[in-house]
Amino acid sequence: MNHPATETTASSVAAAERGLALAVEGVDLRFGGIHALRGVSFSAAPGQITAVIGPNGAGKTSVFNTISGFYRPAAGRIKLGGDEITDVPVHARAARGLARTFQNIALFRGLTVLENIKLGGHHTMHAGVLAALAYSRSARSEEIALREEVERNVIDFLEIDHIRNQSIDALPYGLQKRVELARALAMRPRVLLLDEPVAGMNREETEDMARYILDVQEEWGVTVLLVEHDMGMVMDISSHVVVLNFGEVIAAGTPAEVRSHPRVIEAYLGAESAVAA
Amino acid sequence: MRTGVFHETFASEERLWPSPTARGWMLAFTLVLFTMPLWGGDYALALACIVGIHVIATLGLNLTTGNAGLISLSHGAFLGVGCYTVAWLGKHGVPFYIALPAAGGVTALLGVVVGLPSLRVKGLYLAIATLAAHFILTFIFREWEAGTGGVAGTAIPRANLFGFEFAGDRRNFYLIFVCAFIMAVAARNLARTHIGRALVAVRDRDISAEILGVNLLRTKLLAFAVGAFYAGVAGGLLGYFYGNITPDYFVLTLSVFYLAAVIVGGLGTVLGSVLGAVFMTFVPEALRLIAQAGSTWFPGIAGLLLPMQQVVFGLLIIGFLIFEPHGLAAVWARVRRTFHLWPFRT
Amino acid sequence: MSEFLEYSLLGLLSGGVMALIALSFVLIYKGTGVVNFAVGEVMMLGAYLYYAGAVTFGLAPWLAFVISLVVIAMLAILVERAVLRPLSGQPAVAVLMATIGIASIVHGAVEAQWGGDTLSPPTLLPRTPVNLGEILIPGTVLGNFAVAAVLIGGFLAFFRYSRTGIALRATASDSVTAATLGININYSQRLTWVLSGVVGTVAGVLIASSAGLSPLLASAALSVFAAIILGGLDSILGAIVASLLIGWAESVAAGYLGGKSRDVVPYLVVLAILVVKPYGIFGTRTIERL
Repeated sequence: MNHPATETTASSVAAAERGLALAVEGVDLRFGGIHALRGVSFSAAPGQITAVIGPNGAGKTSVFNTISGFYRPAAGRIKLGGDEITDVPVHARAARGLARTFQNIALFRGLTVLENIKLGGHHTMHAGVLAALAYSRSARSEEIALREEVERNVIDFLEIDHIRNQSIDALPYGLQKRVELARALAMRPRVLLLDEPVAGMNREETEDMARYILDVQEEWGVTVLLVEHDMGMVMDISSHVVVLNFGEVIAAGTPAEVRSHPRVIEAYLGAESAVAA
Repeated sequence: MRTGVFHETFASEERLWPSPTARGWMLAFTLVLFTMPLWGGDYALALACIVGIHVIATLGLNLTTGNAGLISLSHGAFLGVGCYTVAWLGKHGVPFYIALPAAGGVTALLGVVVGLPSLRVKGLYLAIATLAAHFILTFIFREWEAGTGGVAGTAIPRANLFGFEFAGDRRNFYLIFVCAFIMAVAARNLARTHIGRALVAVRDRDISAEILGVNLLRTKLLAFAVGAFYAGVAGGLLGYFYGNITPDYFVLTLSVFYLAAVIVGGLGTVLGSVLGAVFMTFVPEALRLIAQAGSTWFPGIAGLLLPMQQVVFGLLIIGFLIFEPHGLAAVWARVRRTFHLWPFRT
Repeated sequence: MSEFLEYSLLGLLSGGVMALIALSFVLIYKGTGVVNFAVGEVMMLGAYLYYAGAVTFGLAPWLAFVISLVVIAMLAILVERAVLRPLSGQPAVAVLMATIGIASIVHGAVEAQWGGDTLSPPTLLPRTPVNLGEILIPGTVLGNFAVAAVLIGGFLAFFRYSRTGIALRATASDSVTAATLGININYSQRLTWVLSGVVGTVAGVLIASSAGLSPLLASAALSVFAAIILGGLDSILGAIVASLLIGWAESVAAGYLGGKSRDVVPYLVVLAILVVKPYGIFGTRTIERL
């Protein structure tokens, strides 16, 4: 499954410049009495795959939600490509290149696969409501252009052309996850947040998804930030790993470094195993 | 069986009527309706006018509630706003082709105001905010004598196209039919653009939609504004049709009527709006006919008409919710599928 | 000044009955998560059944009252079984619409059976007015408030101290966990509907006895929706406080601005509050999980 970079698509143009750096600096997050994140700081290098791992409840999805802007941190900053976005409203972050998938699939049941994916391109569309009602020439050409872009860059890329007009309910779980990824790709992302992209998948589906993620990173040059429990996949494809436990960063480094880090082993397996290792 | 439909460009697939068969049926349907004043009886024509008005109003509510999932109990009052605006403008000599869109615009602005709470609350809170708006508006209808004529109501000058007066059912039918057709096409257009998709996204999972780049506030306000615009136009046409209106037309039951039409027809589809409006128009008429027929055996049954209507509305709403939650549009789609695939089984 | 005091006191007292209606609604919402738009109609039906028992069948008022409670309880169970249970998977819009449908059916049925004229059912409470200094309070107003206060107090105690009450709160808070702990959820939810119907009926009978019975009774509930929003959908305490507040505001406005303003006051208050505190004074803002 090789798409030569010579194909003239927007994705392959200046792939190296596409991805932005993402930096989380000193983020503190509270929910009433619960201190979900404490002084979390890490960064994702541009164009690389960084993974965030940790036991359940460590705060991984909270980090994602803070980066997305859904949660406002009590302290700390989020920086996208050097620009601070902590105060940027949620819906405006998409235009800056921040895309994400969700842990519990967040596809819109009232729309078909194709419509869901097109929704990813929402922030690129500018036709006003009157133009839309009349389906004026400008609205029409915008829609057709979006359709072409989505078909070429995303649907072909993820091999989902056979299901593009189906409703979401009819799709098996693995395909739904792939459609979510497709929708995120339609956002023309520069930083892609993937929240447990292979959760609940069997081995074959996991390998397919891993391959797609690698392709996205290599060909599109997108920065990928990944939350995942599947250690095999994480260690295989990421170049940098950040470990969270109880809302704190306890380790960060290459997969090999993290794998043998005593605090990481302790977090996952308990103190005795750490001593034994 | 439908075969031989091959699209070679994306543009042709995205058309409203993508196949020659679809275009053919649509043309036939339009011609039949358009020539109705020639072959239809008086009763059928009057009913068709009412259906047309209901279709426009239901299209609007379906955008706000069906597509965007924002429950609006003020739709009936919005029709009133449109009607009174048209009355006022008509008295000041404004021709209908300006007054009607203006009424829609005024109502749309009001829709934005009513929809403002939606940016912070959802579900029931929003429903009750719209309920509050309904009561405040109907209060104004009743009490603001200078503007609306108060409880006695007001007259509406007939629509006038350079001397051609739209008096009587036959002429009003054309006005209503043309408006309904245009606005139905507009609603379908909206559905195939990014705005239409955003509305559905806001209904299904608004937080995820926001993270994908949808401006929730703008989209929700837009849903209210467009829905209200449709209601305003429907109200204006109502005024031109009846020539006279009093505030007790715009009661809460009217909003419930349109909600029922949206549910019965099918949430979120233009076809659903049309089917729902047609169905709900025939229900009171059918009841009336039954009451007339039954009055020979049960004298005084005519007095039961309004309460019986309410019972039937309620039963329809509940029945469709339990047994056909996707409404008549889904039933229609099932029937169509059978015909498309005939002689093969579905 | 004594005018203001009179309006205020009357308003607060009538707010007591409103609080009963609000309680009827909040019980269902807290217990089953259902938004019940048929609160007013249930109340009205209960009052009409009381009338039927006391006047049409000539029973003693207390007996008629008890019978109407029983019938409403049975109807509540029927509605829960036939309508709410089949819809339990569907989105909130659908259930809300279903209750609107129920409201429509009940309203139509009542009007078909008893007509639109105002009827006078017998009173259960003494009518003698009470003098508080210069202020004259009709006996029914005071009586209604007393009954409402006792009932609400009883409910608050019930929810805090009785086993069934705590089981209902558990089911409301987290039905799955409650089930694993052995609480019968179906029974709890059904009981919630029954209690709600009973409370509504009491309110309906109280209002009907003092102010007359007609299908318009149901619209008394509409101003209660304003109180519910004001108090926060899921707070019993909030519903009570808000009802008193709205009752007070209605009375003062009616006194100074004329009776018609009573129609709009609750709604203006609601809209004003929603702008400032969208989830009501006591409501909890739900934290949604992504």
